[in-house]
Amino acid sequence: MRAENVFLKIMLWAYLVIFFGYLLGPLIVMSITAFNSPSFPKMTPWECLTFEWFDVLANDTRILNGIENSLIIGVGTVILSVIMGLAAALLLTQIWPKLRATYYTVVIAPILIPGVVLGISTLVFWDRISVMLGMSTGSILHNGIFLTILGQSTFIASYCMLVFVARLQRFDTGLTEAALDLGATHVQAFWKILLPFMKPAIGSAAVLAFLASFENYNTTTFTFGKFPTLTIELAQKVRYGINPSISSLAFIIIALTIFGALIHEVYRRRQQLALANGAPVSAVSGGLQLPRMLRGNPAAIILILLALGGFSTIWFAQTYSPDVCKMDVREQKRLIQEERIRAIREQRQLELQQKQQQGSGASGGSTTAPSATQSPGQGAFGNVFKPGNLDRSTTEPKADKPAQSPGKGAFGDVFAPNNLDKAAPKEE
Amino acid sequence: MTKGVDVDLEDVWIRFGDFVAVREANVNIKGGEFFSFLGPSGCGKTTILRSVSGFLEPSQGRVKIGGKDMAGIGPNKRPTALIFQNLALFPLMKVWENITFSLEVKGVGKAERRKRADELLDMIALSDQGDKLPSELSGGQKQRVAIARALCAEPDVLLLDEPLSALDLKLRQHMRTELREIQQRVGITFIYITHDQGEALTMSDNVAVMRAGVIDQIASGHTVYNDPATPFVASFVGENNVFRGTIKSIDGDMALVSTNRTGELLSRIATSARGKLNVGDSAMMFIRPEACNIAEDVSPAANRFSAMVKHEEFEGQIYNVFLEGSEGKEIKMSLVNIGKQRASAEGSNLTLEYEAKQAVVLPAGELASE
Ligand SMILES: Nc1ncnc2c1ncn2[C@@H]1O[C@H](COP(=O)(O)OP(=O)(O)OP(=O)(O)O)[C@@H](O)[C@H]1O
Ligand SMILES: [Mg+2]
Repeated sequence: MRAENVFLKIMLWAYLVIFFGYLLGPLIVMSITAFNSPSFPKMTPWECLTFEWFDVLANDTRILNGIENSLIIGVGTVILSVIMGLAAALLLTQIWPKLRATYYTVVIAPILIPGVVLGISTLVFWDRISVMLGMSTGSILHNGIFLTILGQSTFIASYCMLVFVARLQRFDTGLTEAALDLGATHVQAFWKILLPFMKPAIGSAAVLAFLASFENYNTTTFTFGKFPTLTIELAQKVRYGINPSISSLAFIIIALTIFGALIHEVYRRRQQLALANGAPVSAVSGGLQLPRMLRGNPAAIILILLALGGFSTIWFAQTYSPDVCKMDVREQKRLIQEERIRAIREQRQLELQQKQQQGSGASGGSTTAPSATQSPGQGAFGNVFKPGNLDRSTTEPKADKPAQSPGKGAFGDVFAPNNLDKAAPKEE
Repeated sequence: MTKGVDVDLEDVWIRFGDFVAVREANVNIKGGEFFSFLGPSGCGKTTILRSVSGFLEPSQGRVKIGGKDMAGIGPNKRPTALIFQNLALFPLMKVWENITFSLEVKGVGKAERRKRADELLDMIALSDQGDKLPSELSGGQKQRVAIARALCAEPDVLLLDEPLSALDLKLRQHMRTELREIQQRVGITFIYITHDQGEALTMSDNVAVMRAGVIDQIASGHTVYNDPATPFVASFVGENNVFRGTIKSIDGDMALVSTNRTGELLSRIATSARGKLNVGDSAMMFIRPEACNIAEDVSPAANRFSAMVKHEEFEGQIYNVFLEGSEGKEIKMSLVNIGKQRASAEGSNLTLEYEAKQAVVLPAGELASE
């Protein structure tokens, strides 16, 4: 019984570790690679703590431009989707009950349609429209930002609608009636009663819409035109090989997300606490008393914390210089390289001697690789795992290698036959 | 001080699809009157009120307020204010903002609104609670806020849809007198909806008793209680003992009813039934529990009957004796507690007498279900 309990506990923990490892592992690895100096994103071997990739990122105009476009499109999509979603949700509650199911299906359909299809159809549809209107190809209907906002909003508005419908279901229509009864016009009842009630849902829908827009690729890829978004830029970059500046971007995004979620959670908890205690929300703003301007204003708090975090990072990045470390690493690599070259040379000589011996009639038999004793770090796989191997830029002394072994490329000695099979003599 | 205006329903029918919620309602409510609609749940009270406040157009007939036909005039244009069955306070607004919402939508400035709110808060004895949210108030306080909010709109007619139903007994009784006081102070027409007959009788100048979409009787509480127009009204308003039978003879206002179980009994004919009841008609006779007494003289007479005692119930100021009646129904008699012991042993026969003028006979019809 007890043992079983312990066993269960262990299993539970193991499961949790695996689960979170699976969830968060890639993100953690990616974040770490942003601070490692090699120019290909990798976590091991750890070489030098560096912030240079953030510099690289900050100087990458394509990425920056992509972010800018993504932000513009994100804001546009938020505005359009929230409005359309709210309208659709309101209509759903007003519409003739028999039509409701059909209407719901129609409005929800864009979520189920592949994004690729939406992208293509947006492109084709607006192209047709512009042709019909006799507009030139430079017109707004061919503008990438315009098209992307429209294309993304087709399905993001449906997401927003779902959020709104959930909230609307809890709305007491009696409140609108009460407002009308007290002399409000329908417009006033909407602005003063329904909209304030929907405010939390509008907030959630806006965040959802922005995130969905920001990370969208498959619809955008057809509509972006001359305005590639961040996802488009990243995808294009990856095609030509990546460097850790992408990791640093990922790190920034992850940090912002976690930070935002934490702030939101703290805020929510505090509100719940206040409500649970039956106290007015305004009265319970927690142990620490914030300055008046910030009280009940999470956005301002977030901004200030962000600024603080940003400044401290920048300060640290500027005072800390990875140059010394990098020099060390380079020096080390050079030494290793030289060592390796020496080893190879010696091996060559050994082989030559062996050949001469064979030529002189002595039996081949088993020959041990003397190089193994010379450089203990190298195993049967030669230098495959040596850091310098994948890193072309650091293998300066390579120039003289082709002369020695013409078959060796970027992978060093890996494919050199004598590396894999040193025992076998080359010529029988 | 505003003077209330008349509200008239002329041949109003309200249908939802095939379902008739209100049938041929003709009501004349005088300005400044406290008028109640009384009826069981689902009989169409709220529906009538909604047609007065403008949320529903009658399918047929006219609603007039102050003599003016209200057809096509929306709820925000009518001189009415409705206190909803569930109060419908705006949950996100503070109490004082709730109260002065009608001013806010008219564009009245904040300072003036605050001032008016404070006056009204004083009136409902919630002076220092203006900055709370409705969720932070007790049930009775919410009630009062709803009343203040409606009064702030300065309506000519205040419509109240069972506003006290959610309150406990003590608070309900307190609010009854308070409402009545407010009505007398502001002098506007109150139309009050309730399914609680006690509420209707204590507060109203006039009561309309409704049954399944039909208005059975419109009269003062006194009349409704003592001179019901239909068996439904007789059995719904207050408690009543019913005796079924046929008319044996008629003499002016009085009729002799031959009842199924308790012999021939004399009774006054209800005002509404005069001239309509004939000898031989099946009829229902009603005797209130408090109109019965234990007879000293047990010789047979037209205002005496005897029945077997089943059980007794002590209620403090009165005690009720239940006797075996016809069709398995018990006859209830209420005796004022004057310190005597039990009236009679269970199982024994008891002779009761009543004043024939206090009994009332009506043509047989539908009774209110318990
Ligand atoms: N919008 C509607 N559509 C269809 N039927 C309705 C509608 N509103 C009310 N009814 C029906 O009309 C009848 C009267 O309803 P109403 O709300 O007026 O009852 P009520 O007398 O106020 O009852 P309660 O005391 O329970 O509030 C009910 O049978 C109800 O089902
Ligand atoms: Mg009702």
